Amino acid sequence: MANCACPSEHARVAMDGYDPAARVKALEQLLVEKGYVDPAALDVIVETYAHEVGPMNGAKVVAKAWSDPDFRARLLADGTAGAAELGFGGRGGEHIVVVENTPRLHNLIVCTLCSCYPWPLLGLPPVWYKSPPYRSRAVIEPRAVLRDFGVTLPETTAIRVWDSTAETRYLVLPLRPEGTQGLSEERLASLVTRESMIGTGLALVPARAAA
Amino acid sequence: MNGAQDLGGAMGFGPVRAEKNEPVFHASWEKRALALTLAAGALGEWSIDEGRYARESLHPALYLNASYYEIWLRALERLLREKALLGEKELENGRASTPAAKTRRPKLTPDNARRLMAKGTPYQREPSAPARFAVGSSVRAKVMNPQGHTRLPRYARGKEGVVERVHGAHVFPDASALGQNEPVWLYTVAFMARELWGEGADPTLTVSIEAFEPYLEPASSKS
Repeated sequence: MANCACPSEHARVAMDGYDPAARVKALEQLLVEKGYVDPAALDVIVETYAHEVGPMNGAKVVAKAWSDPDFRARLLADGTAGAAELGFGGRGGEHIVVVENTPRLHNLIVCTLCSCYPWPLLGLPPVWYKSPPYRSRAVIEPRAVLRDFGVTLPETTAIRVWDSTAETRYLVLPLRPEGTQGLSEERLASLVTRESMIGTGLALVPARAAA
Repeated sequence: MNGAQDLGGAMGFGPVRAEKNEPVFHASWEKRALALTLAAGALGEWSIDEGRYARESLHPALYLNASYYEIWLRALERLLREKALLGEKELENGRASTPAAKTRRPKLTPDNARRLMAKGTPYQREPSAPARFAVGSSVRAKVMNPQGHTRLPRYARGKEGVVERVHGAHVFPDASALGQNEPVWLYTVAFMARELWGEGADPTLTVSIEAFEPYLEPASSKS
């Protein structure tokens, strides 16, 4: 699979013979047998992050901020309280900060030291966010990183990179695309991609035909 | 520690490859690795910072070669061993051979798992001293190379920046990784790219870190 484009998240035996799939199975059995872990609690954790928490949460927050200037102001002043108004918060998002893109300033979020990410709003981070290429390059050549994502910003747009080195977790409020006047919050939320809330993408422009 | 985790500014890793329509998990073992890490962490035997230190203490060649869940899993095994929740033999052959250790918090139930995810564990604390810096303060990140855990990335050490936000007092990771509880002030400090990367840096780029007060000193006065 040398040409596989997927980042190296596949189960595979490591160079020292470590087989994560086999190890995790043995470890779960052992921890259950010792009474440290309840498998039903593990199921709840998996279900939550597989289905209930994800970028659709952040998209709702962004769509509301685009639609409601008072909410937008509250959200930018206190991201944790703003997200909580929509019922979002909790683990991995105890201290949320929302930063706003403007035509003159583009924000980009990274965690160079590990994988810090606003879980309640975006769910678990994608593999690329945790990968050495992104973590190494975002702080030194963000424009090149953006090009990897097919995004070219005008030279006149300044770039601000936020390295999440504490428990404060960042979310980008992307620019609202042109031609979206009068759209419902639900329609607006469908334009908000995960990448646009990290800063490696822009919000989608509604297809003219479909609008 | 100056481990493989401190990646900001490193070179040679190639382009960022985003997977189209990436699933939340790529294999069922990843689901269990995530859930076991959270459930074992909930026993209260180690802090998030001890967990991070266990991950960054992996050999750099292993760290850079492993998937992220493999890093988590290897660190979890190490923590369980270090905190004596599991014995070496048990980890080796997968069979319980000693009684369970008493843990600070009870086994996570499904209801408590829901609560844990919904509420999280806030890291802000009552400050024990007034903040040394304010928004607008010119500061320098200290040159330091601790053996233990730190959240001051190498690329910012010795660099001058400006305090942009004051986040209140938070748990100090460097101390928390040693099992100590010592809240300190937390700031967002912004650096011009030229200060970090020298000539040729993107003139439109500013990079900020979240800096705990012990990482900072007043900037030397410059004309």
